[in-house]
Amino acid sequence: MWKTIVRRILIMIPQLIVLSLIIFWLAKLMPGDPLTGLVTPETDPNRIEELRELAGWNDPWYVQYWNWVTNALQGDFGTSYAFKDSVSSLIGERALNTLWLSLFSVILLYLIAIPLGIYAGRYQGTWFDKGTVLYSFITYAIPTFVLGLIFLFLFGYKLDWFPTSGTVDVKYDPGTWDYVWNKIYHLILPGITFALLGTTTIIQYLRSEVIDAKTQDYVKTARSKGVPMKVIYSKHIFRNSLLPIAAFIGFTITGLLGGSIFIETIFGYPGMGQLFIQSLGQRDYSVITALVLLFGFLSLLGSLISDIVMSIVDPRIRID
Amino acid sequence: MERGNILNTSKELLKIENLHTSFRIKDQYYAAIEDINLTLRENEVLAIVGESGCGKSTLATSIVGLHVANNTKVDGQILYNDQNLATLKEDQLNKIRGNDIGFIFQDPLAALNPLMRIGDQITETLKYHTKLSEQERQKRVLELLDQVGISHPERVARQYPHQLSGGMRQRVVIAIAIACKPKIMIADEPTTALDVTIQAQILDLLNDLQEETNSGIILITHDLGVVAEVADRVAVMYAGQIIELASVEELFSHPKHPYTRSLLNSIPQVDHDQDRLEVIHGMVPTLTKMPRTGCRFAPRIPWIDPSKHEDNPSLHEISPEHFVRCTCWKDFHFEHEEGGLNHELHTN
Repeated sequence: MWKTIVRRILIMIPQLIVLSLIIFWLAKLMPGDPLTGLVTPETDPNRIEELRELAGWNDPWYVQYWNWVTNALQGDFGTSYAFKDSVSSLIGERALNTLWLSLFSVILLYLIAIPLGIYAGRYQGTWFDKGTVLYSFITYAIPTFVLGLIFLFLFGYKLDWFPTSGTVDVKYDPGTWDYVWNKIYHLILPGITFALLGTTTIIQYLRSEVIDAKTQDYVKTARSKGVPMKVIYSKHIFRNSLLPIAAFIGFTITGLLGGSIFIETIFGYPGMGQLFIQSLGQRDYSVITALVLLFGFLSLLGSLISDIVMSIVDPRIRID
Repeated sequence: MERGNILNTSKELLKIENLHTSFRIKDQYYAAIEDINLTLRENEVLAIVGESGCGKSTLATSIVGLHVANNTKVDGQILYNDQNLATLKEDQLNKIRGNDIGFIFQDPLAALNPLMRIGDQITETLKYHTKLSEQERQKRVLELLDQVGISHPERVARQYPHQLSGGMRQRVVIAIAIACKPKIMIADEPTTALDVTIQAQILDLLNDLQEETNSGIILITHDLGVVAEVADRVAVMYAGQIIELASVEELFSHPKHPYTRSLLNSIPQVDHDQDRLEVIHGMVPTLTKMPRTGCRFAPRIPWIDPSKHEDNPSLHEISPEHFVRCTCWKDFHFEHEEGGLNHELHTN
């Protein structure tokens, strides 16, 4: 078990190096530099050249790369030129918001998807199954921003049940229960939108896995032992059907951690996705590079989580 | 094969009468097996042989109702202990499955749950049919693994199926089947997925287990070599029907039905210098295209005069305990022969 995990973490090191090189190279390919926007007709070209020299942009690429990487390792991603704040504190604040939103969404997502998928597969061909399939077709076809806007209009604006933007109302003090409840209150609408639209794949996977598992020989063996069907479902079929879900659970979680551009923008939720789209609009390169590096790191982390979960659930892929 | 003599005197364990099993295909039921009449006695190995698709596995699963319930129809009687298994409810069958009737499957890898430890898969049977405590069950698992010839039972009980070899997995499957000392064992092609040396070991094991428990074994196979080695009686199935039923000596020395004779004729002989293998023309018809009247083997022996077949072939007892379906066997000859009743020359 531990061998598997350590091995996987060691593999991540070269992956991260390659990732950072590619991002660095892409960042260098982008035209201009942060000074370009500050140039006015009065600026002395020699002064700009001086500043460039001072910032180290005339150094060979490997020196620049080394400086960038060593700074990044110490948590210093430079300064945001749009927010006039350090990139790390900017991201840190947003990351926490996104973390709560994705935690809420993931829990809701699996609470909805697992029972629906399992029961639809178990009672294949019944009205419940047909309803579930219809539900997943609809949620698969609706774009995020459409459902988000409908919910926002209906529950936020017309019925006024939920807040339409922000993460918490200013009147509450951090650390009190009211504050926590108010935070959760703000999470509900974007969380539900995300969870509903994310269930499709999981439901469809589980459903077909259960249908497939029913005809497997090990189910026949269990029946021939005299095990009641109810127990076969909960003990044999359930765990085997979760395998494909386990295979992409890590990606689901870290995908959410990257923030959803649509949901955060529509619900005015200050998370990573919103920050990313804002920085793109403002050509805030230091933030963009840091975020892309972070997203890249998250997908590597996602595959690590998936592998760990898989090796817990499936004894066949453990290295003994 | 002196074992055959005890047969007539020993007790009947299972009596199958007029068994029909049909599957639903697009709202219509098609019989996969028809008119099955069989008895299984104590201490007996009853082999059921036939090509793929002849209904032998359907027969096996019908006995304990292991097919998918909502598109299968089972008619007839399967008498065990004065109960008709064909009419029992699922929870009543669950008391019999694993306890009175053990099942051994063809593919030992697929038959075991890949995510469960071997020990847990065996204890599951004990949990539903015995009042043993957890510790006693663990102890019994080690006994069973030892009984089926697995060395280091403690270690194997903690392992997962993928960590065992094919032969060991099949031993585990057998351990599961015999956990509650069943009166009847149904083995559906237990050696097909194994290589020849392991096959012999598994067959020996089944034989030993039977001697200990006096159980009756229904052995489903398409391997006539296996039949000759272990069976007491043989039922040959073709297209869902039993076409010949006899003791193993009788069947191999005096096969009567054209299908049985063709099967035996297609076994390659080591001592003959054969250029080509003998085959049976044509194929077993599929379920939906099965002829429902007349001799079902007739299309595969077209050189035989159609008038020689019965209109509604039934099993005839042509000598004590030897049953043959249809009358066409009397006039059967292989295609390259001149004709007549000279089959003794061509079978061993």
